[in-house]
Amino acid sequence: MTGQQASRVTYTLDSSLDSVNKVEQTAEQMARKAGVDEDEIFRISMAVREAAVNAVLHGNAYDPEKRMTASFENTGSDLVIRITDEGKGLDPATLPDPLAPENLLRGSGRGIFLIRSFMDEVHFKQLHPGTELTLIKHLGTAPTGA
Amino acid sequence: MSMKISTRQVDGITIMDLGGRITLGEGSVQLRDSVRDLLAKGQKKILLNLGEVNYIDSSGIGELVSAYTTVRNQGGELKLLNLTRKVHDLLQITKLYTVFDVKDDEASAIASYAHA
Repeated sequence: MTGQQASRVTYTLDSSLDSVNKVEQTAEQMARKAGVDEDEIFRISMAVREAAVNAVLHGNAYDPEKRMTASFENTGSDLVIRITDEGKGLDPATLPDPLAPENLLRGSGRGIFLIRSFMDEVHFKQLHPGTELTLIKHLGTAPTGA
Repeated sequence: MSMKISTRQVDGITIMDLGGRITLGEGSVQLRDSVRDLLAKGQKKILLNLGEVNYIDSSGIGELVSAYTTVRNQGGELKLLNLTRKVHDLLQITKLYTVFDVKDDEASAIASYAHA
């Protein structure tokens, strides 16, 4: 952990699957502490895992010189998770639709779709270099997604 | 955290009993290698029992799809058995539930394969 203020915790992590698992577990603990139900805990932790996989695999490409940062904040009304990488950047507009018939049998390309399905808000920000994904779950709202 | 795989034969069908997590890295690779080994041995009628799979991520979903297409392309059949609710929901929202042949009873799943 590299910094902590109020209820926000930020981790700077290497580009590994261990980091992905740590980020997923932290999201699960955060959601559980916020009192959301089990289905929502699953959705939130899975969305955060997918964002971390995206950062480590597609963003940083497992480069040992590049870092992923993950910040977790409970504002009282929202759970806000930010995942950043140091990769080449991601333009979400260029991602193929995984639900299109011609893409259904592809072996990859569902991560961002699942993130959007499971969170209330997803924001992309281009860094130089890298990408920041902000995932937001509104607290006190009815479950969404599956 | 890892995935467990065991295989058994019933009436010419290879049943793979999977448990744990099918995720990027170990779980997905295990599944891929196991299916590849079965195909290399000529076992092309495969039933994946996912009853003990408690977690699957997009990589795991992709691996299921790849296994399905690989087996089909070699003239075989791959079906899914005993989906947990979470896996069922994931296949629903990714529109894959209708792609896979999904069974919830082992005996009827076995009987559903084309027997030579």
